Amino acid sequence: MLLITCPNCGSRDETEFHYGGQAHVAYPENPNELNDREWAEFLFYRENTKGTFAERWVHSTGCRQWFNMLRDTVTYDIQAVYPMGTPRPAAAVPPAAESGTASTAADSTTTGTAAPDAASSGTASTTAPEGATK
Amino acid sequence: MANTAALEGINGLRDIRRSPASHLAGALEAGSVEGTVVLKEGPFQTMAGVRVDPRSEAGSRIASVVGGLPARCGEVAGTERVSVLWLGPSEFLMVAPEEAHDSLGGDLIGSLVAALGDAPGQVVDLSANRTTFELAGPRARAVLEKGCALDLHPRSFTPGTAVNTEVGNIPVILLKPGEESYRIFPRASFADFLGRWLLDAMREFASPEVP
Ligand SMILES: [Zn+2]
Repeated sequence: MLLITCPNCGSRDETEFHYGGQAHVAYPENPNELNDREWAEFLFYRENTKGTFAERWVHSTGCRQWFNMLRDTVTYDIQAVYPMGTPRPAAAVPPAAESGTASTAADSTTTGTAAPDAASSGTASTTAPEGATK
Repeated sequence: MANTAALEGINGLRDIRRSPASHLAGALEAGSVEGTVVLKEGPFQTMAGVRVDPRSEAGSRIASVVGGLPARCGEVAGTERVSVLWLGPSEFLMVAPEEAHDSLGGDLIGSLVAALGDAPGQVVDLSANRTTFELAGPRARAVLEKGCALDLHPRSFTPGTAVNTEVGNIPVILLKPGEESYRIFPRASFADFLGRWLLDAMREFASPEVP
């Protein structure tokens, strides 16, 4: 089971999420000018990366918000979580930062550090939502 | 059924309304272990789903109707009359007792609709969407932990918080009103399954503990 750090809710089980495929597939500027082959490539052709892959996820059982994630398709190592609409982070964050450092647009509330110690330290953590860490 | 009392409240519809887990009432009572873990259905709460940008003017109008909007995951705002649960950055669930419903003399839905006005957003009457299981007792947490991956320890899941999560693989909203009590909001169609799942998870606590 993957533990995925939702930018809003903190660390949750993979079963609470749904996968949204490759991130950063831009809608064509002038769809009318595409020929059938180009249109089919936009609709159906996706990278099949072995290694670090940028992909979209939605926290469907939780806050129902979308976010982007950099994940290694070989090791399943989640390297970054970042808001929709922002460019792919240049370099992978070191593995120590298991959690996302992203905040979603405007009102995003938490950065969701996933360290269980943060929640157990007694003081109410400002980053991890109550009950959201494990 | 010529019952004059039945004419009160939605022209008598109130009396024939059945809650999603009403058929389990006997089983819930039989499966409860007084002083250890007790399960019952708390049906027919008034619920309103609200989507509004909390920083907008309409957001503050809505906040003033219900006594504030929660700012982040887990937070519960509101008053004694109505609880406001955080579902997303711009999505909230208002939960109030049955009498708060406009059809029974209350004004919750109507006042929210009025507060939103023409602003972008929505107020939807969701009173029939979910039912409520009330699980309480010293072993209530042990029952939930059989099917919920969140850290339910009180140091992490404190009274007065609520989260959207899964219990027994069912998507629910889990509210913790007190130290040893939980309110579980499954959608109506999951009430039968989740009720039976909870009863099964409670069963071991009816027997003496095996050392
Ligand atoms: Zn979330």
